[in-house]
Amino acid sequence: MSASADAAVESGEVAALVHTPLHAWHLARGARMGAFAGYDMPIRYEPGTIAEHHHTRTSASLFDVSHMGVAELHADDDTFHTVAEALELFVPCDVDLLPPGRQRYTQMLNAKGGIIDDLMISRSRDQPNMLTIVSNAGRKAIVFEHLRQHLPAGTRLIQRPEVALVALQGPLAETALVRVARSDGDTLTAMRFMDVATVHLVGVQVGISRSGYSGEDGFEIAIPSDDVLTVVGALTAQPEVKPAGLGARDTLRLEAGLCLYGNDIDETTSPIEAGLAWSIQKRRRSDLGFPGATRIAAELSDGAAQRLVGLSPVGKAPVREHAPLYADATSDRVIGHVTSGGFSPTLGRPIACGYVDPDVVANDEGIIYAEVRGSRLAVAITSLPFVPHTYKR
Amino acid sequence: MKLYSTDHEWIEVVDGIATVGITQHAQDQLGDIVYVELPEIGRSVTQGESVATVESTKSVSDIYSPAAGEVTEINDSPVADPSQLNSDPEGAAWLYRLSGVSDADLEGLMDAAAYETFCN
Repeated sequence: MSASADAAVESGEVAALVHTPLHAWHLARGARMGAFAGYDMPIRYEPGTIAEHHHTRTSASLFDVSHMGVAELHADDDTFHTVAEALELFVPCDVDLLPPGRQRYTQMLNAKGGIIDDLMISRSRDQPNMLTIVSNAGRKAIVFEHLRQHLPAGTRLIQRPEVALVALQGPLAETALVRVARSDGDTLTAMRFMDVATVHLVGVQVGISRSGYSGEDGFEIAIPSDDVLTVVGALTAQPEVKPAGLGARDTLRLEAGLCLYGNDIDETTSPIEAGLAWSIQKRRRSDLGFPGATRIAAELSDGAAQRLVGLSPVGKAPVREHAPLYADATSDRVIGHVTSGGFSPTLGRPIACGYVDPDVVANDEGIIYAEVRGSRLAVAITSLPFVPHTYKR
Repeated sequence: MKLYSTDHEWIEVVDGIATVGITQHAQDQLGDIVYVELPEIGRSVTQGESVATVESTKSVSDIYSPAAGEVTEINDSPVADPSQLNSDPEGAAWLYRLSGVSDADLEGLMDAAAYETFCN
């Protein structure tokens, strides 16, 4: 047996990995660790990825996402408008329109309209004149260096490596979190998807957003590193909550049709190709004051050269990243490629997503072919997500 | 007696027919197994040849035949329910059977004690 892509198998060979503040906590719970973006992270715990996945969809799971990058953007004149104007030089979303107590999903773009990273930006009620930016673990060094080099005078970026991040995801996340929050519970139940708030959990002040990357209702919690064990201990003491690893995080996000940086989006793919046009608000489509605006505007009016679609293999064999896609079972013309693929625990069958030539999709009856180990496997083009989101709107 | 390969397959010869599968250690390393692809009956395989594929939620693994021989039988049970490879990899979820296995191929393999040392 030889595994080609099992991070857990490879973990023993990787030296000098960074630890999150929860590293020892994961080990004490028997986590199978693996290398991810330079961090030694829990891939799965004893129940295994599929059990953790089902637990997230039916109860609540706690994920350590402290490897992600957290930074704040401040303005010297202490106005939100200056902060928003500065960030809008990098991203195509309407930052200025973001009200206090809300967050927004956006992308940092390069001059060609490719995605340097996808980001969550938050504006709190307590400090409404600054923004908190969360970037992917594997991209944070690039993102924050890019901002530092190109931010206009009068603004400053402050990285917050001392902030630990955990995600509590699942239909019973609110029940568990409200119990821990006690008197702040009303604040939590009033929150809707993409709201942010500051609350106290077991005496620790934390920043909370009602969001996540599983497709389920849930929360992401920013906790001072020194207090993270206290808060995580209180959360996992709730009967609804079990820890879950990055393996389940990946199967959950794929079912939810959410892009994974480095797989589904990268410096060559545009937000339009990736189906993220919804995250570019009206004003930005006319002011076009962001990098790569020429390409984005052309794609918005004339269509993009490729489009990210859901792929449902007809048979039982999973179809995975890099598999080439063909219009039929025999021709040599590649019409796209798979960017993420695997097994859907919820549906009990393989699922995937990938880029295809939009003309082929339009003319096709919905069946194309992926090449896996030299065989052409039929896959049906499917709308995303595979499993409906259950966000609290 | 079961013998073990450094690639984490096991083989057991009874009355001239060898049964092959993946080890308990292998399934533990792989995690949840979601797909199994087995060789065709009648195929002649060489020692160390990639003959089957086992996929977990995260990875694709080649299964290398621990000995040369001709495939006489395959086990449909883990194909229908791949999770059996997690629950009983060295029993009910064997993968395929071989005829014509030579003693020379078996001599290079490990016994249970040596395999346990190899894994730790």
